[in-house]
Amino acid sequence: MSKQIAGKPESMSPVVTHYCPGCSHGVVHRLVAEVLDELGLREQTVGVASVGCSVLAYNYFETDFVQAPHGRAPAVATGVKRANPNACVFTYQGDGDMAAIGTSEVIHAAVRGEKITCIMYNNSIYGMTGGQMSPTTLMGAVTATTPYGRGPEAGMPYRMAEILATTPGAAYVARTHVADVGNIVKTKRAIKKAFELQMKGVGFTMVEVLGNCPTNWGLTPSESNKYVTGEMLPYFPLGELKDVTKEVPAGVHA
Amino acid sequence: MAHEMELTMVKGNEALGEAAIRAGCRFFFGYPITPQSELPAYMSRRMPEVNGTYLQAESEVAAVNMVLGAAAAGVRVMTSSSSPGYSLKQEGISYMIGSQLPAVVVNVMRGGPGLGNIQPAQGDYWQMVKGGGHGDYRMISLAPSTVQELVNLTVQAFELADKYQNPVGILADGLLGQTMEPVRFPEIKEDPGPHTKPWALTGCKGRGKRIHTSLELSPEGLEKHNIKLQAKFKVMEDEVQFEAYKCEDADLIVVAYGTAARVARAAVDAARQLGLNVGLFRPISLWPFPSAALSGLVDRGVTRFLDVEMSAGQMVEDVQLAVLGRAKVDFYGRTGGIVPTPREILNEIQKVMGGEAK
Amino acid sequence: MFMHEILIAGFGGQGVLTAGQLLAYAGNFEGKCVSWVPAYGPEQRGGTANCSVVISDQQIACTLVTEPSLCIVMNQPSLEKFEKAVKPGGVLVVNTSLCEKKATRTDITVVNVAATDTAIELGSQKFANMVALGALLGAMPVVDIEMVLKAMLKVMGEDKARFIPANREALKRGMEAAKSAVHA
Repeated sequence: MSKQIAGKPESMSPVVTHYCPGCSHGVVHRLVAEVLDELGLREQTVGVASVGCSVLAYNYFETDFVQAPHGRAPAVATGVKRANPNACVFTYQGDGDMAAIGTSEVIHAAVRGEKITCIMYNNSIYGMTGGQMSPTTLMGAVTATTPYGRGPEAGMPYRMAEILATTPGAAYVARTHVADVGNIVKTKRAIKKAFELQMKGVGFTMVEVLGNCPTNWGLTPSESNKYVTGEMLPYFPLGELKDVTKEVPAGVHA
Repeated sequence: MAHEMELTMVKGNEALGEAAIRAGCRFFFGYPITPQSELPAYMSRRMPEVNGTYLQAESEVAAVNMVLGAAAAGVRVMTSSSSPGYSLKQEGISYMIGSQLPAVVVNVMRGGPGLGNIQPAQGDYWQMVKGGGHGDYRMISLAPSTVQELVNLTVQAFELADKYQNPVGILADGLLGQTMEPVRFPEIKEDPGPHTKPWALTGCKGRGKRIHTSLELSPEGLEKHNIKLQAKFKVMEDEVQFEAYKCEDADLIVVAYGTAARVARAAVDAARQLGLNVGLFRPISLWPFPSAALSGLVDRGVTRFLDVEMSAGQMVEDVQLAVLGRAKVDFYGRTGGIVPTPREILNEIQKVMGGEAK
Repeated sequence: MFMHEILIAGFGGQGVLTAGQLLAYAGNFEGKCVSWVPAYGPEQRGGTANCSVVISDQQIACTLVTEPSLCIVMNQPSLEKFEKAVKPGGVLVVNTSLCEKKATRTDITVVNVAATDTAIELGSQKFANMVALGALLGAMPVVDIEMVLKAMLKVMGEDKARFIPANREALKRGMEAAKSAVHA
């Protein structure tokens, strides 16, 4: 009798993705799919795809899916969830989609405490359009639109998870990375917690996952993972920035 | 208010909201903008009474995308705005049409361009009727001229949206939105619901996954999608609605819609009293435009039309296209939020019939 | 043809919008085509408020009244703004309690009524709009005042029935003022 020790989560479609070799999007997709399997949510899930490299996410998840205009995924997710409160609704966005054009939509979804989960894959660049500067591009980084390195005239990169963690409606906000195995496991734990709290109706949940972009960074996959841990981590600290299940309610003395 | 079946006095914006609820709409995503703000306010009060959802979005952009999400989930849903806000909704409308999702989108027009003012105008005809968003698309656009018609067309709009899996637009103006008139509401109807829609995203339990997207990366694939959409738009062209008033023996026909048509009707009556054979042709569906009916009037011998709008002249191009040079088309318009008076229009009628028009 | 285009103007809070609505409802009760439109905009708070009412036996063309056949001005700014707009042969009711100047037109019927003072005599200046409306109906019986009172119950709710006698009195005082003014 044989025992399967590895395989594809049921929540992933049996297709080959379009992602570049070494890109971590596939890893994060898989983690979300494993969580949906483990929580038994696949058949009640509606995913919301964004615009950017993950625009085709709906081809890779074996769940219902709707594709949103650029940056609007949290608004679309709001509409889906309000229409069907029993659904498990998540967005899968990049840093350009969420932290630039979609800032308003995600902040207000968080403020309203929408019972959705937003996954932001932060690789500090616009991948699909060809490697332009994003709001999270590090200072000095050379991109297609910062050929001399990101300078002060473009402002400093900002930290979306920290901002969302300050909103009253956020139940759970975490930042993780997927550049090594240990942190891949931690990322899955964070994603799972986010989905669990969504389904408990606690509030808005978000996980910012630091990932690579070997192609647009002009690095090999392993070099790009070193960029995540060496360059991005000092600016984007890891951790659970908000977790209402751990908070002591105001006025209660521990 | 307005729960009973008798004739009630209701403001246009509120009547529109009640009509949507009667049509089974239980989801409204809005954003305040004059002169349509009574509509979201009405919905915020009324939706909880019918176990519906009212949500004030952070922007018109967010509101229309919430509509997209709720439509994908298979429920009857509506949003409303006025001109500058309607510009912002174009994105979501294009996506909904590309993804074949039904919804009702309302524009209570005000003066433009830019911030313009908050007085009634008809400067958004091109934007709604010709497609203000990107891509090749069509959307049924209905233009009521009384509060009662606003109610009737709103109910119809939900039916048409579901029938064609396409957004339907209601093009009203600030005066109609603010006007209180007696109306009769239809019986309350249930939303047919997601289970009646074989495309609704309800979770893939017991079936394969469903996807709504307007993305198709292969040119052949996208062309195929466009051909399919165009075939649907062709069928939608049958949903023409218009009113011909005293057109049978008319030598001159005034063409106007919405509030301008109401005023024009009085001018036509006044012209008739002066012994002038004038009629009013009022498009109710702006798209599909009642071109064949207008063309038929030319076949019958009408040689002159006077298009009247609260704009610098937008629908007039559709009138010209309909008559294809076989009749003379004059134009009279007021802009800036000014509603023409019956006397002004009568003067134009007399000018045109006296042959003085340019 | 029965067709009245009415404009009622005053300060916000003087009840001009309510008076217009009651008039429209009353016309509706009498089987007429009616419409009511408030002037809306940034000036709707603190400045002048006004509304358009059309009552007709024909389908209403424009619901916005720019050249009223009947007009009520409840204060000086409204008098200055709308006196010139009244159609020749029309009626202008002026609340002399709050208008220092007098209407000067001779091609219209001007009804001067101290609506606010009369209302205060009746117990509250809130009745001023009804005194002025009574004056208008005294000069031109567009609707029956009992229909106005019936409309009041419809708009404000049956529980406001206790205010009906005072409002009836206000309407009547206005009508009497109009009769003496018109015949004067």
